Amino acid sequence: MTTFFEMLGRPTLALLEGFGRITVLFLSAVSWLFRPPFRLRLLFKQMEFVGVRSFWVVAVTGAFTGMVLSLQTYYGFRTFSAESLVGATMALAITRELGPVITALVVAGRAGSAIAAEIGTMRVSEQIDALSAMAVDPVQYLVTPRILAGVIMVPMLVVMADFVGIAGGTFVGVGLLDINAGLFMDKMTTIVELDDIFNGLIKSAVFGLILTLVGCYKGFYTTGGAEGVGRATTESVVVSSLCILVSDYFLTAAMF
Amino acid sequence: MIELSDLCKSFGPYRVLDHLDLSISRGQTTVIIGRSGGGKSVLLKHIIGLMKPDSGKVLVSGRDVARMTGAALAEIRKKFGMLFQEAALFDSMTVGENVAFPLREHTRLSEREIARVVEEKLASVGLSGAETKMPSELSGGMKKRAGLARALALDPEIILFDEPTTGLDPLMADAIDTLIAKTQEATGATYVVISHDMEGAFKIAHQIAMLYEGKIIAKGTPGEIRNSDHPVVRQFVEGRAEGPITVV
Repeated sequence: MTTFFEMLGRPTLALLEGFGRITVLFLSAVSWLFRPPFRLRLLFKQMEFVGVRSFWVVAVTGAFTGMVLSLQTYYGFRTFSAESLVGATMALAITRELGPVITALVVAGRAGSAIAAEIGTMRVSEQIDALSAMAVDPVQYLVTPRILAGVIMVPMLVVMADFVGIAGGTFVGVGLLDINAGLFMDKMTTIVELDDIFNGLIKSAVFGLILTLVGCYKGFYTTGGAEGVGRATTESVVVSSLCILVSDYFLTAAMF
Repeated sequence: MIELSDLCKSFGPYRVLDHLDLSISRGQTTVIIGRSGGGKSVLLKHIIGLMKPDSGKVLVSGRDVARMTGAALAEIRKKFGMLFQEAALFDSMTVGENVAFPLREHTRLSEREIARVVEEKLASVGLSGAETKMPSELSGGMKKRAGLARALALDPEIILFDEPTTGLDPLMADAIDTLIAKTQEATGATYVVISHDMEGAFKIAHQIAMLYEGKIIAKGTPGEIRNSDHPVVRQFVEGRAEGPITVV
């Protein structure tokens, strides 16, 4: 009987402990936003790493997402002659849902994992202790710039992904499938509203926070040498992907 | 200078520091010897507040590091330099930027003055001209010397060394020991070295303290330790597997 409760209790406690630690890490990172020194150089470096260097991979995924969406909706809508609505449906799906989510998943795989690996390596090679020993707060030096970079850059990438995705979808719909260009664009511009795009961007700011915070957290609490760094990297991708998809549902339910 | 009193620290069921008392005098090199995994690193990390004791005091210049947080702790850490076991150089920065790091963080020196101090500190550890190298390009001994240059950058009052010669060949180990003795003499700072290398300890120490089962069981000059009749100290000094310490 004890073993049953132990089996139930141990993962629950571990989950609660992890939740507590990530909350403390987040609050302490936020508190450093309002206290000097402000590390603009580190912030720009992270913005470049999280944002600029994700440009091409996000552009390609965005374009193909829009393209395949047009293709799929076309096959469905053709059966009841609603081809002219392909553009609107595709653009709604991109701006409200797929732009933010797919961008966040790609950036979590590319930048979130790299953050966990880098900070994890710094942890196991005592570089984080060295920062503390030199009277520099590691949260302020490592975590705050990365989280801020995520919150700023992921929405910017999503704007780009929305644009490229809609362009790709339009190319397939109008260019390849011969849907009437006037109708395609007209339905799209009347049905998609600015709010659809804005709400997508709010979601993506939250996703940017999640993927950088989880990466920092997994790195920060890495133990067990090179193997531990590998584990932290994998876990950061798994955990942030799950958190992105789950929070996406609740954010959507709350906003639309 | 540093007073540890009644210090206790446990990890789960393992009591690593057990009511430990130790006083470290100013301007001297104190070597703490003990077995690998015997809590020496834990002891060292308590002195600079990287770990907090379960109970007891860590007094540095009369102030309790164990009770400090935030700005006060940061302030007292500026008195310290620390050389980590694997040097812990920031591997995203060049050697020169590593040595310049504490200067950029905590002084208002101009870039030109920083460059001068970096050059001087690197020269003092025999790494002149290594400013633009990356840590990954350095050998183990060079990393330790670069780490020492970084620890020396702010001319700290206290420098802590975590196993400075472990993992080095005997010639490089001797070179590092000589360097430690030389810089200590030149700066007159307080050096705390943890080590399991008896030869090196006899070479650099003014005082040797032996950590065993969470307590300091002997403390004295190298001569006193060498001639100690404490059975545990004798076994360690002679490097025997048989004796009161169970090895295997």
